[in-house]
Amino acid sequence: MANKTTKLPEKTDGPWITSFDPLAQKWTYSVDYNANYHEDSPFFHALGKGKLVGSACKKCNYKYATPRSYCMYCGKKTEWFDLPLEGAIHSWTICYFSGEPYLKDCPFMLGLIEFKGVDTLFMTRLVGVDQKDIKIGSKVKAMFHRKKTWSVNDVYFVKSD
Amino acid sequence: MISGGITKFAKSHPDKSFRVMCKEAFDTALADLGGKLTVDKIDGSVISYFSDHFTRQLKAGAMVQDFLGLCPKPNVRSEGGGATGGLCFQTAWQAVASGRMDVCAAIGFETMGTVETWKGNDFIALASDTNFDYPLGGFYSGYYAMMAVRHMHEFGTTHEQMAQVAVKNYGNAVHNPFAQHRKAVTLKDVDNSEMIAYPFRRLDICVMSEGAACCILASEEMAEKLCSNPIRVAGVGSGSDTMRMADRPHGKVPLLPHEKASDYKDLDYPGIHSFRAGRAAAIEAYKNAGITDPRQEIQAWELHDAYTCSELQQYEDVGICKYGESGPFAAAGHTAIKGKNPVNPSGGLLACGHPVGATGLMQMVFCFWQCQNTIAKHFGNPHCQVKKVKRAAGYSHAGTGTYITISILEKP
Repeated sequence: MANKTTKLPEKTDGPWITSFDPLAQKWTYSVDYNANYHEDSPFFHALGKGKLVGSACKKCNYKYATPRSYCMYCGKKTEWFDLPLEGAIHSWTICYFSGEPYLKDCPFMLGLIEFKGVDTLFMTRLVGVDQKDIKIGSKVKAMFHRKKTWSVNDVYFVKSD
Repeated sequence: MISGGITKFAKSHPDKSFRVMCKEAFDTALADLGGKLTVDKIDGSVISYFSDHFTRQLKAGAMVQDFLGLCPKPNVRSEGGGATGGLCFQTAWQAVASGRMDVCAAIGFETMGTVETWKGNDFIALASDTNFDYPLGGFYSGYYAMMAVRHMHEFGTTHEQMAQVAVKNYGNAVHNPFAQHRKAVTLKDVDNSEMIAYPFRRLDICVMSEGAACCILASEEMAEKLCSNPIRVAGVGSGSDTMRMADRPHGKVPLLPHEKASDYKDLDYPGIHSFRAGRAAAIEAYKNAGITDPRQEIQAWELHDAYTCSELQQYEDVGICKYGESGPFAAAGHTAIKGKNPVNPSGGLLACGHPVGATGLMQMVFCFWQCQNTIAKHFGNPHCQVKKVKRAAGYSHAGTGTYITISILEKP
């Protein structure tokens, strides 16, 4: 015989609403991606060996400081080459605010680095530089994290002069 | 273009969904035609919004189409970062110009109030290279700040000159009832506002917004039937650049009709100081509109001042001054409503807000009203109306200049 008072158990653990009218509540959606560096993997492997590598087009004699597996001018496959570990600041900023994952790092300094004989730039964190000492053209050198994050943050630049 | 509509932009609209915002912009556009345009006369639509993350709803364009009663007509979404609204306008223009549609509605929105500002910054930063740029700090203001620092280095531009843009645009918006920020600011206010990413302070940067905008485009024949003062789309152009600004070349400046190669013989272009896609868009749009000197032939601009310095950089891309001259050009007041080349008489993104998918369409609605000479009717006062507008142009901009569109309107 059916129980006359069949009912769902009462739930008391939320979700707690953020507003009653209009009715709004917290909603969380998170994802674990298999984020793959694909053809750019050798760049990230090189960081682990204390090396910076770029892409060179033999046909155009054009050198990219940030990896591109095909040349944007002739469409041919590029080859890896070792970038110098010293460069110069092409531009910079100090961020006092950011997106959520990086708020804990604020303030942090970003820089675009130029290398002698290389046609394009490389974006990176600049570390340990005072705003009063920083100038476009200042010499900087690459430093590598001993403990890998397997990201572009495995390299950062510090002042070298 | 036969009509336009905009909702009042705000940080958030807890009382209405994106469907209702779009409905309000759409109904405003229909109402402006005095009942002559009804839904059955619209052949299809282009609906734009930038981020599925903000909307928390994939394929939201289909829900707008449905909500407005436009089913089963054709509809497509256009998306291209910050230029989403400008691309939406041009996609709708293509539908009409190709003869596929006689009347096409371009509708855009963004709902940025669904998350806190720092999460919004994160969503926006996902529109930079997620392997090479985003992990360094995930912050577009930082990228733009590096472009501004280089502009300062290259041309001697100062932060005070950038702040002049803020003073001008916030000042204009005091008279624009659609704007989100309607309080005039002084150079001192800009200087005293919080540092966000050197050299940008809080008042150098636009804010998160919610809102919608709508433009109705029609063939010449339908325009004559439906509207007493239609405005011609005289020319459109668009351009693109590398996703990573680190990859931008250092070459020669592509010239506009009124420029000479000798103007720029020592300039490495675009580097990170200039927007090559903006120059490409200008070249195409001027060619289509038959413009040989934009300084004389376009009387009002709506530029994409998400950052004060971007407005300066864009003066140069569109050729209202030479590369390198934008700082002094702004400081001299040439881009004020009563200046020789008025820019952002509406208050621009800085003051109106930047609900991404709506922004480029909002700009075109303002340009449309400028050409119609109806700013006073829509704003309730004539302050922002530029005198004797024959042509007005809107400039919509994505990434660090990754996509840029320019659309030129002309009084027939």
